[in-house]
Amino acid sequence: MSPTIVNLVYLVAGILFILGIKGLTKPTTAVRGNMLSAIGMLIAVTVTLLDSEVVNFAYILAGALAGSLIGAVMALRIQMTSVPQMVALLNGFGGGASLTIALAEYFSVLDVDAKSFSDLLVPVALHSGAFGVAEEGTVALISIALTVLIGAVTLTGSLVAFAKLQGLIKKSHGLPGGPIGNGLILVGALVALGCLIVNPGQAVLILSLVAIALLLGLFLVMPIGGADMPVVIALLNSYSGIAAALAGFILGNTVLIVAGSLVGTSGLILTRIMCVAMNRSLANVLFGKMAASGEIVDADEIYAGKVTSAQPDEVAMMLEAAKRVVIVPGYGMAMAQAQHAVRELADAMQAKGIDVEYGIHPVAGRMPGHMNVLLAEAEVPYDQLVEMDRINPTFEDTDIVIVIGANDVTNPMARESEGSPIYGMPILNVDKAKNVVVIKRSLSPGFSGLPNPLFAMDHTLMVYGDGKKAVIEMTTALNQS
Amino acid sequence: METLILLLALFVLSLFLGVELIVKVPPTLHTPLMSGTNAVSGITLVGALLAAGSDSSPMLVNFLGFLAVTFATINVVGGYLVTNRMLSMFKRK
Repeated sequence: MSPTIVNLVYLVAGILFILGIKGLTKPTTAVRGNMLSAIGMLIAVTVTLLDSEVVNFAYILAGALAGSLIGAVMALRIQMTSVPQMVALLNGFGGGASLTIALAEYFSVLDVDAKSFSDLLVPVALHSGAFGVAEEGTVALISIALTVLIGAVTLTGSLVAFAKLQGLIKKSHGLPGGPIGNGLILVGALVALGCLIVNPGQAVLILSLVAIALLLGLFLVMPIGGADMPVVIALLNSYSGIAAALAGFILGNTVLIVAGSLVGTSGLILTRIMCVAMNRSLANVLFGKMAASGEIVDADEIYAGKVTSAQPDEVAMMLEAAKRVVIVPGYGMAMAQAQHAVRELADAMQAKGIDVEYGIHPVAGRMPGHMNVLLAEAEVPYDQLVEMDRINPTFEDTDIVIVIGANDVTNPMARESEGSPIYGMPILNVDKAKNVVVIKRSLSPGFSGLPNPLFAMDHTLMVYGDGKKAVIEMTTALNQS
Repeated sequence: METLILLLALFVLSLFLGVELIVKVPPTLHTPLMSGTNAVSGITLVGALLAAGSDSSPMLVNFLGFLAVTFATINVVGGYLVTNRMLSMFKRK
């Protein structure tokens, strides 16, 4: 097939990707958008398979079978609470694909028939212009090296993010020296990159670049804690897109560049939204702990003698008298798998004529939009899910707020206590409601490590215990009354 | 060099288009947006096919191509399927 036709088909695929993302701007058009995007992928792949350069189908078939099987099993079996882990893995595979494409491109130019690993390390004398004439050769080499760097960082970074989300790694170790250690590794990677461009025949240079970049990904994500994962996942999402776009530069492939840059911007915008929602800079999330400054707040002093607890059936009696209730979910609801129970409670309230809405903080959960997907799974209509800026003005007219598994995003210290590490972070102003019910295992602090004065307020009731069980008991009591 | 400038222009314009598109996606759909764009980044499959299917090159290249095809196919198949599964749960009352 002629390159003209191939490129025209790639153009069509690019348009379908754009229309696909446009479809995601509304829940009603989103399914169709995803289909359009998938059709774009299908035609881009088909036309590539018809390319005359593709002659050897054994490797393609093996890879496509293995990949389809793994991908389909993951996608169909994953629980909605574990979607962040799956997205982290997919980011990693995206980075891995770009990394291996760049390496394949490099070694096809080198054209060594390596029988063993040590054969690879023998320098190859390349004629000038092996990668392209004059500047083109340099640009091609820079593209290859950058794709390797970003692809490898994305691969190991995402695998660590996956292991943390899955609970396989619990501690947050960093390099001694923290950001300085990472900075040194990055300098090492850039040195290897520079040497490679000067001596393109030295395969040992690109292999060391791979090794250094893999380590960098590991150490970048290792020190970052659970509640900061939404930022990390969004950022790695962006990296995987940028790596794909760079791979497009290596191959001179237009559809890779268009698709890669769309993914790259998407990840960057989500990263920014998450950082704004935590009132922290990206550098602070990546390299800093929560600011340790400010006076130390004594949890006992805040809670002592002021916390009121209640049983689920007492809450049910209060609910009966309410006109408007707002439910505020957090990661704890995902942990307790309580989303279906929460929906049933909302149903029971609505059957009694109570107005129910959900208040969703942008960083609730472990990835952007995590709570929305969980509640959608429990068949909560999406127009009841209200974002922070729109729900906040309504709390003063709300009779009861039920906070389930959320902590820091409701902490009034973020609004009032200057000098507190979370001061300035936008929160859900649940304390402005007439009554607040907090369902929580204990008074233990959230990710910030700070006590939450909300729990000690006069109009707050604590319901201790497993979130799912407590909500089911409330529903039963409410239905019986 | 002209080709490179054209590719660069395409890259920069796509970045701007991406910003315009993505800021309009509501927070409710941010998770499907991420998994959906994950699937789109599986477009690297196109490059992977060229590497895995080439004939003139040493076996190492085909093997790297095979790895790339596997990774990219997981992204494409896994990404589109899980996105579709999530999106079909978003319903109106």
